[in-house]
Amino acid sequence: MSTTAVPEVAVTTVDEGFWTRARKTGAVLLALGVLATVLFGALATGQQARFTLSETEGGAALEINGTVGAILFGVIAAVAGAALLAGVPKRWFTLVLGVGLVGFVLSFLCWQVSAAPDGRNFMPLVNIVRGTFILALPLIFGALAGVLCERSGVVNVAIEGQLLMGAFSGALFGSISGSVWVGLVAAAIGGALISLLLAVFAIRYLVDQVVMGIVLNLLAVGVTGFLYERLMQTDATKYNSAPRFSNWEIPLLKDIPLIGPALFRGNIFLYLGLLLVLVIHIALFRTRWGLRTRSVGEHPTAADTLGVKVLRLRYRNVIMAGLVAGVGGASYTLALYSFTKNMIGGKGFIALAALIFGRWSPTGALLAALFFGFADQLATYLGAIGSSIPSQFLAMLPYLATILAVAGLVGRVRAPAADGKPYIKG
Amino acid sequence: MTNPNPVSGSPDKEPATEAQEARSEARATPVAPAGDPERPVPATAPKQPPAGEPRPSLGRLFLENLWAANTVTVTVLAVLLALLVGAVLIIVSDPEVLATYSYITARPSDALNSSWTVVSEAYANLFKGAIFDPQATGFTAALSPISETLTYAAPLVFTGLSVALAFRGGLFNIGSQGQATIGVILSALVGFALPLPPGVHLLVALIAGAAGGALWGFIPGILKARTGAHEVINTIMLNYVAVYFLSWIIVQSGVQNPNRSDAISKPVESSAQLPRLLGDNLRVHAGILLAVLVTWFVAWLLNRSTLGFEFRAVGENPDAARTAGISVAKTYVLVMAISGLLAGLGGSQMVLGSTANALTPLVIAQIGFDGILVALLGRVKPWGVLLAALLFGALQAGGNRMQSYSGISLELVTVLQALIVIFIAAPAMVKAIFQLRAARAARLQTSLAKGW
Repeated sequence: MSTTAVPEVAVTTVDEGFWTRARKTGAVLLALGVLATVLFGALATGQQARFTLSETEGGAALEINGTVGAILFGVIAAVAGAALLAGVPKRWFTLVLGVGLVGFVLSFLCWQVSAAPDGRNFMPLVNIVRGTFILALPLIFGALAGVLCERSGVVNVAIEGQLLMGAFSGALFGSISGSVWVGLVAAAIGGALISLLLAVFAIRYLVDQVVMGIVLNLLAVGVTGFLYERLMQTDATKYNSAPRFSNWEIPLLKDIPLIGPALFRGNIFLYLGLLLVLVIHIALFRTRWGLRTRSVGEHPTAADTLGVKVLRLRYRNVIMAGLVAGVGGASYTLALYSFTKNMIGGKGFIALAALIFGRWSPTGALLAALFFGFADQLATYLGAIGSSIPSQFLAMLPYLATILAVAGLVGRVRAPAADGKPYIKG
Repeated sequence: MTNPNPVSGSPDKEPATEAQEARSEARATPVAPAGDPERPVPATAPKQPPAGEPRPSLGRLFLENLWAANTVTVTVLAVLLALLVGAVLIIVSDPEVLATYSYITARPSDALNSSWTVVSEAYANLFKGAIFDPQATGFTAALSPISETLTYAAPLVFTGLSVALAFRGGLFNIGSQGQATIGVILSALVGFALPLPPGVHLLVALIAGAAGGALWGFIPGILKARTGAHEVINTIMLNYVAVYFLSWIIVQSGVQNPNRSDAISKPVESSAQLPRLLGDNLRVHAGILLAVLVTWFVAWLLNRSTLGFEFRAVGENPDAARTAGISVAKTYVLVMAISGLLAGLGGSQMVLGSTANALTPLVIAQIGFDGILVALLGRVKPWGVLLAALLFGALQAGGNRMQSYSGISLELVTVLQALIVIFIAAPAMVKAIFQLRAARAARLQTSLAKGW
């Protein structure tokens, strides 16, 4: 989406002269680093900031003096920024930027953890990693649904509605049947129903796809909210008490320190999500279906000339996207919570941002989703240790990060060329 | 569908129908002689239609247009279809009625009767709550439904205009919700914090709300103009930022109501409140008059002013507009700022009007998102938006009564609204379902946004 849709107004994105994109990024990073060194360094206390490799305070831990850590990592960020400003080879750009941003985050954490009340100045990394993945899960499924749709040229703003419908039908049919598997299938079908509507209106009736997505989200909120009040609220034991998937421990892998307890003792959705990223990545870039999907998304006329059935492929991909997003919705109701009104609460839109952030690729979407999940988890953690920053501002973090990313990545991300344009044969 | 249908009977629809017919007839008449400019028209009978093609009578033209896919017919049929789907939802979500369907082959009358009862009662209440209750006695009771409808419609006019204006400028503003949120915050702050005389106080509060909305619209506008970042994503994100900001500011000391422990601000002083129009017992307030005024202004801005021409030119074709010397970047910023300003005004209605007088986390309800639907239903034209907002206000007001009298969840109204707009957005489908003829001058394109 984006960004390249209006290249004509991008008046300042021309990489010419001294102020290239890398230099501007470097200047911002340098400022952030200096801020971290001075501000976080001054605010941090001399207490040890402990990053434990477990779920509790005990066990092996990485320790650093709060003030020292905040200043040290702040300086690292500033140096990375200065390096970018001075000019580094292009292939190192991402690496240096990554080091700088990680330094900034660590400096921030040293301040926060060391300034926490006594007894709480530790950060259990296992919990953080696990929480990151759990919070990222619906985003991963949602973003994958976006990849499937948009790679074949249909804009999917209805991810929110697909997740919500999946969560609802998973809860409803899981409760009625008493089986998690029936619930899972029902959830996938629920998501696909919203997808089907999107496909029919976008492909058959040529309705603007962004508009249709927004309206379908409202429809999903209304229908699930209505049925929730009529059925689930009146008889919760019959309609809203779906069984839940238990956690599956994977032998051997579960004993890896840090990663093992965080990742390999999860539920089916975690494994399924990671597997789907891999499968869709391979399918998209290594198979005949993937080549056709991408060609339909970039240049449907050319694909049609070569005998690809453009509309049929789009229908199929959009419905597949609904199945994936529906399962993502079930990762709430068949594993964590019972259904409540509008329980997705905007995750579908963040998934959309993750899709753009990840440049319409499955692996990129995974990384972006993890980033958003981490920001979310960090907000929760900082709230728990009584951070001096109001929790509402922490909760804004993912959204502000998205705005910065979308504005800053312009010219570097490009949507599939035919994304959002209906194909009319002729 | 024989259910009582409150919407097609709405009084504000009928004049529009006639006006529409009259216009299309007026347009149809001069076409015949001008149809073939090459052929010399006999001077003696310039208005005579060609022989063998008798000029259709007015009544016939009216009937033909009635069943053609014109704006009004499609809208009415879309509302009917939505009510039909809503009826199905009511039936399947009622376990008692559903039970009668298990023996429908044995005694179909049971199933049909119980379905009819539950649906007709629900829609009757929808009508009574929105338009008129025949059993009502007294001035206040009789006017109460209309008063409620107008109260709910007023903020929707503003948010609808906000979205519609952005559409015309080629931008899809999903951020009305956030812009209205910032508007409501600033209006409320002015409303209880500044000691000002009556009148001035209200004016300053309205301006503050408008300025807040304009700022919140300016941000995605400038981002779009400077970096090309898509406004859809940025406005969505700013919606959430605004929501969290609202929930933060409510609980700050000086803002929170000192007598309350829950998240609610001090109440807005009466000097900053919009006056009620029909006495203290009816909730309708001057906001609806302001809404009409602003509708007129936006219509003037879009159709008569130079600025509006530039907006439309950029919306239709930015490349052509640039060639013609219009600054596309500047236009995007202005469109978003004005669009935000309108949404901010809509938000200020929520504390300065009669629905609430203090900030709460849900003070803004869904007016921003509903505004998107209102704009689409109103075919992104200012006066159309006004009519659409009235329809949505009626559904909301009627939905309240339906919920309390028939026990049908208010969420049904959301479903109906979304369905209406879905059917509107795909006129080809409505046309196919009802076998409508192609309209003479069908302009049913609702959406003007251009993909990603």
